Amino acid sequence: MINTRDIIETITMIQEENLDIRTITMGISLLDCADSDIDRSCEKVYKKIKRLAGTLVPTGIAIEKKYGIPIVNKRVAVTPISMLVAVSGGDPVKYALTLDRVAKEIGVNFIGGFSALVQKGFSAGDRELIDSIPRALAQTDLVCSSVNVGSTKAGINMDAVKLMGQKVREAAELTKDNQCMGPAKLVVFCNAPEDNPFMAGAFHGPGEPDCVLNVGVSGPGVVRAALAKMPKDAPLNEVADLIKRTAFKITRMGQLVGSEASKMLGVPFGIIDLSLAPTPAIGDSVAYILEEIGLEQCGTHGTTAALAMLNDAVKKGGVMASSTVGGLSGAFIPVSEDAGMINAAANGTLTLEKLEAMTAVCSVGLDMIVLPGDTPAETISAIIADEAAIGMVNSKTTAVRVIPAIGYEEGQMLDFGGLLGKGPIMKINDKSSSVMIERGGRIPAPMQSLKN
Amino acid sequence: MRAVVTVIGKDDIGILAKVSTACAEKMVSVDEVTQSILEDYFCLIMLVGIDRMTCSIEELQQNIQGKVPDMTVHVMHEDIFDSMHRI
Repeated sequence: MINTRDIIETITMIQEENLDIRTITMGISLLDCADSDIDRSCEKVYKKIKRLAGTLVPTGIAIEKKYGIPIVNKRVAVTPISMLVAVSGGDPVKYALTLDRVAKEIGVNFIGGFSALVQKGFSAGDRELIDSIPRALAQTDLVCSSVNVGSTKAGINMDAVKLMGQKVREAAELTKDNQCMGPAKLVVFCNAPEDNPFMAGAFHGPGEPDCVLNVGVSGPGVVRAALAKMPKDAPLNEVADLIKRTAFKITRMGQLVGSEASKMLGVPFGIIDLSLAPTPAIGDSVAYILEEIGLEQCGTHGTTAALAMLNDAVKKGGVMASSTVGGLSGAFIPVSEDAGMINAAANGTLTLEKLEAMTAVCSVGLDMIVLPGDTPAETISAIIADEAAIGMVNSKTTAVRVIPAIGYEEGQMLDFGGLLGKGPIMKINDKSSSVMIERGGRIPAPMQSLKN
Repeated sequence: MRAVVTVIGKDDIGILAKVSTACAEKMVSVDEVTQSILEDYFCLIMLVGIDRMTCSIEELQQNIQGKVPDMTVHVMHEDIFDSMHRI
């Protein structure tokens, strides 16, 4: 029989420590929907998503009931829409409206892939799509957008970086009556993974199969609870080991749910993304894990080292548990979605500079950070460039999702509600970066790209 | 196929009897039972066979819960414990 202690441990993880499957995300290729007429193209997109993902939500609910484990989100990721715009031309917002409509009909929480990959330059459809992002985000509820502006192999497309700074601001302007929600659904990537199930950055890469199911598991609360039971004088290698063991158990559960879901849906199983993704719920925080390791508050000296260890241990545990770990896998540090980060940012312990350092060792980047409403577009571009440079040089994914709080005063909070949480306005450097950003062009790929 | 039933709460008379009855009503066979009392708390873990079960796992949970309304009842498929705790 299964050990009694193991049974109680699993139940405690789910009931008290917020262990959950964060998302099952179906990736759908829309390449075969491209048509030279945009309305016909939209119709095909609608039909294909409806056909393949129509039963995604009921299947997710059936698995929740069978195993007694919550699957918080059911999502869809599609081929970067810029590729369809390249064929069809027309106003890309039509695609966004189509995606929004079908997402609402099939009942998913988000649909990602209003995206463009422009790390080395713009091809047909890319500029049109990027231009339409602010309008698309303002006119839809569930559509998420992402743009890849750099990679280790290609360098950084600084023309795209400049453009994205403007688009982030415009997206905030257009949604300023709704908590500036637009840019909360817009991610600017360097080294974007093609199989990431997490929003807002999920899209279905062109190298992926026609349809695939990816799973994102989470569980910062479980890791924190495990560490809380450890003596305060235990050496850090033992702390890392405990994190690894916990990550292993979490990933195994994701593997079970993922393979079950893919069997029920008749769709191949893609990857498990083992990311410690916090939620605003009390106890479900990455910052609290860092504090449990021994920091008075997240953001103080030592935070980067603790996060580096956490990120690495999570990966090691995950890799042992599943042969198909992919996506972002590591620790997320979205400020507004993490109760501990919100506190640390609000009282000034956690600053933008410290967050930037942390992104060099965690799995993504500057995520869900609220900026002052008067932040110039060039400064946002410069923040994106800094972050892309960290990703490019370290051969890792980095991303920027910042929200200029237009119409809000310093000290106020933006409240997005739900999983997106709420965030205080953070201080930025007020010196200008505009001359550098205006130069445009490309930052050439670094030496690290020449691995062949 | 098997499932794990756990019932936790304040000790009372006849809990095991009520839970077993709820299982039998749904054609669920009780394979193994571990039961202990820690201070005043009653903790029952039951491994049950669900091959001939006449309802879903969720309905079984509701049926047991209905018989012992003051207790916390979980019913989960055995696979989840196997995958998490065995290599």
